[in-house]
Amino acid sequence: MSSPPQSSSQSSTARDGGRHPEVPKWVATTGRRKVIGLVLSLLLLGVVVLFSIAVGSRYIPPAEVISVLLQPNDSQSSTIVHELRVPRTVLGIAVGIALGMAGAVMQALTRNPLADPGLLGVNAGAATAVVIGISIFGVSNALGYLPFAFAGAAIASIVVYLIGSAGRSGATPVRLALAGVAVTAALTAVIDGMTLLDPETFDKYRFWAVGSLSGRGMDIFWQVMPFIVVGALMALTLGHSLNALAMGDDVGKALGASVTRTRVLSGLVIMLLAGAATAAVGPIGFVGLAIPHAARAITGPDNRWVLAYTAVLAPILLVGADIIGRIVVRPAELSVGIVTAIIGAPVFIALVRRRRVAQL
Amino acid sequence: MTGVESKPARPLPVAALRWGSVSVRVTRRPLIVSVLLAIAVFAVVVVSSFVGDYPLPAQDVLASLLGNGTTATDFVVLDLRLARALCAVTIGAALGASGAAFQALTRNPLGSPDIIGFTSGAATGALLQILVIGGTSLAIAGGALFGGLASALVVYLLAMGRGAVGYRLVLVGIGLNAFLWAINWYLLISAKLEDAMSAQVWLTGSLNGRSWEQLWPVLVTVLICLPLLMVASRPLGLLEMGDDAARALGVRADRTRVVIVVLAVALAAGATATAGPIAFVALAAPQLAKRLTGSVAVSVLPAALMGALVLTTSDLVAQRLFAPTQLPVGIATGVVGGLYLIWLLLSEWKKGRG
Amino acid sequence: MSAQRIDDPGSSSEDRLRANDVTIGYDARVISRGLTVTIPDNEFTVIIGPNACGKSTLLRSLARMLVPSAGAVLLDGQAISSYPSKEVARRLGLLPQSSVAPDGITVADLVARGRYPHQRLLRQWSRTDEEIVSGALAATNVADLADRPVDELSGGQRQRVWLAMALAQQTPILLLDEPTTYLDIAHQIEMLDLCADLHAEQGRTLVAVLHDLNHACRYATHLIAMRAGAVVATGPPSEIVTAALVEDVFGLACRVIEDPETGTPLIVPLARAALRGPDLQHPDAPPAVPTPLGA
Repeated sequence: MSSPPQSSSQSSTARDGGRHPEVPKWVATTGRRKVIGLVLSLLLLGVVVLFSIAVGSRYIPPAEVISVLLQPNDSQSSTIVHELRVPRTVLGIAVGIALGMAGAVMQALTRNPLADPGLLGVNAGAATAVVIGISIFGVSNALGYLPFAFAGAAIASIVVYLIGSAGRSGATPVRLALAGVAVTAALTAVIDGMTLLDPETFDKYRFWAVGSLSGRGMDIFWQVMPFIVVGALMALTLGHSLNALAMGDDVGKALGASVTRTRVLSGLVIMLLAGAATAAVGPIGFVGLAIPHAARAITGPDNRWVLAYTAVLAPILLVGADIIGRIVVRPAELSVGIVTAIIGAPVFIALVRRRRVAQL
Repeated sequence: MTGVESKPARPLPVAALRWGSVSVRVTRRPLIVSVLLAIAVFAVVVVSSFVGDYPLPAQDVLASLLGNGTTATDFVVLDLRLARALCAVTIGAALGASGAAFQALTRNPLGSPDIIGFTSGAATGALLQILVIGGTSLAIAGGALFGGLASALVVYLLAMGRGAVGYRLVLVGIGLNAFLWAINWYLLISAKLEDAMSAQVWLTGSLNGRSWEQLWPVLVTVLICLPLLMVASRPLGLLEMGDDAARALGVRADRTRVVIVVLAVALAAGATATAGPIAFVALAAPQLAKRLTGSVAVSVLPAALMGALVLTTSDLVAQRLFAPTQLPVGIATGVVGGLYLIWLLLSEWKKGRG
Repeated sequence: MSAQRIDDPGSSSEDRLRANDVTIGYDARVISRGLTVTIPDNEFTVIIGPNACGKSTLLRSLARMLVPSAGAVLLDGQAISSYPSKEVARRLGLLPQSSVAPDGITVADLVARGRYPHQRLLRQWSRTDEEIVSGALAATNVADLADRPVDELSGGQRQRVWLAMALAQQTPILLLDEPTTYLDIAHQIEMLDLCADLHAEQGRTLVAVLHDLNHACRYATHLIAMRAGAVVATGPPSEIVTAALVEDVFGLACRVIEDPETGTPLIVPLARAALRGPDLQHPDAPPAVPTPLGA
């Protein structure tokens, strides 16, 4: 007996232009493979972290690293490890997690695989506040920028969200994006104006604007860590609702997800994570955009797994980029924001070319 | 049910102007809006001739405009103010049209030449000239032109291949944009402060010092490419119905898209080489025009006129607001354009449309 | 089973639209190889077959949407790819399976787009265009909806509007890719009746892909049955549609009776054993006498 006639698969192919992604064999579609993959990624992260502590203008062998970590002493190695390397590595991990997960939530929330936390105005808001801090309040170090940047990011994303949700049907993806672009443009113009009017402001601002892990101690880490932890935990619990909403608001409601609550919580998560990350190290683009894509290429569209993998892969990218930045122009340094984009972009493009990109 | 009626019950709501066998479709509201926009642009240009740092009595300005002025007033009115205003008109029109083309192509209100990496590439080319090679302003313009076209080409080549090209084009564009952003900022932070400042001025987009010799290249570009773009965009509305429906009507989908992209990039190139990457005009002008004309989709001519209006007004504001300091026009377009779009979106969404 | 042989390429050389030994598919996947099909002029041809048998692929190749990797589709004796696309659009229309109406477009504007193949840069809306569009709106009964936005219409109305657009194209050959999908039964019949009138009253050549076998049998004057990318049988429904053919093409056990309304074949799938009443075990058993309730 044949099944009742439905639209032929040909027609569905015709309908979406033949865009069925073929799943390669190594994609971890079974639960067990995903767990193994995650564990392997964690191990890779551990290796990268070790390298990050070992490598720099002065190379410290891993064995010594471990001994100094466990038993701090007065040697120069110990000082370097504890004062310089550990803070920036730990900060790199935290910021990586924050940016990656913010991006994953952003893409799920807007149902747009091109979404980046910057779209919500986070980066522009943080930058504007920092410029105000520099030019009006005379702040000039990373710790000083932090409260400004965080406040600016929060205010900007709230404004974008409010504009985007004005009207009857609330903050739909298109409206959020349009509002984000408009706010970003206005704020960028303000930044340009203020920096052009005062060269000193521009001088300080341009070094903050590329995103850097250097010159930041554990105090910065402790200030942002609570936000990142809370945000990350909230993000992980949102995975289920985001899955439901991924197929459309109606289907989501039918599955029991609350559309408004998920949207508000997602917005809050993005604000917390992206705001904290940008406040700590300056605007780093591309991590939030590209890592969720890579995670999705491995795990498929299940947001819970995407979030988990993103939380591990993003720090690998960020800390790895930081390592490279420290080595490549030794003894000078290349800011991590620059390196992330320079190595991340070609890899991303190669990924886009190699397989039919899985859409959200 | 299928009885053929010999005469329709009432005329179709489709209007056209006819002379003999020639007929041209007209839609009333877009036509009126376009005319009003053109008048507004003209008015702003005239006003720009009358205001400036150097105070001139109104009748002297009028004399110069009519061709009867002295050499001194002619220099100020014509070479400084009028030429600059005309530059603003032309560049604004080019950016508005280019933005409209990209938005119609990508069916996305956020479409702009940025997506194919053009703006970042132009910036890279210009920054290399300013910070590394140390070229003249002509060399900077050339660098911007070359950089922009090269990156658009790179994005296109990298995105070619089997499958959904359009989507891949956007993604590759995003990748290249990130890559070039990193390079540009590396140049900015490695340079001396004074050099970085002058680079930043270029990056913000400025019409300072633009006169007749900067006007001609972009004017010629606009006069050639804009009408061609208007003609080439006719099938765009059909493409919106889906490739199959459009091709069933005889549209050559791929060829149309390529032609439109080339024309749109040429327009953006002319504009950016002359004045640097001016923020937001290409993005906002088509959307503002679309909401004013009430039309279903973005269209090239109203967007061009709106772009001209936005840029000339912004330049006027940028020149006078903090006089005698002249702000780069890109700042004004960013603030004015952004705020206006926010206001428009808010008022429209509260009404329940959009 | 005895299937009718495919038409000889040379025997219908005066038919306007044919596929000659074509190999068609998507990317690397070949759907049909060496396929030869002739669309007889002035007939209402329906292509039927199970899912993924290649019927939509064939239709799209005939409409020059897909380019064959071998062989050629011929229109009026010449390879269809040799004509400018607008020229083809004047001879051959397609109602695609999925089209998107641009946001906010009105019915009149959408149907007017069907005139595009006949228009030029300076001939954008002649009186002829106006008359033809009015006629198309009337023929599909959507004239009252002319200034309504298309996205406000129901599914049945919208499909009629798309058909009106195809009609406005004024092509002697019209291809329809599953025109009744997503329509309820009343609108399906309405749509097919419209098509039948286009064929009968205006003498157009129609080619439709339908997935409902009974609709195909009722409306088609010429049937092409496909399976696995190849043509299994062609001919008028009353001649070729037998239980054996249905079993061969669809894998469905059925019996074929005569439609009491039109006399065309009506396919009745055989019931599963558990559902059959004790008196109806065999298709040839005499019908059971209905017992009055409560007796």
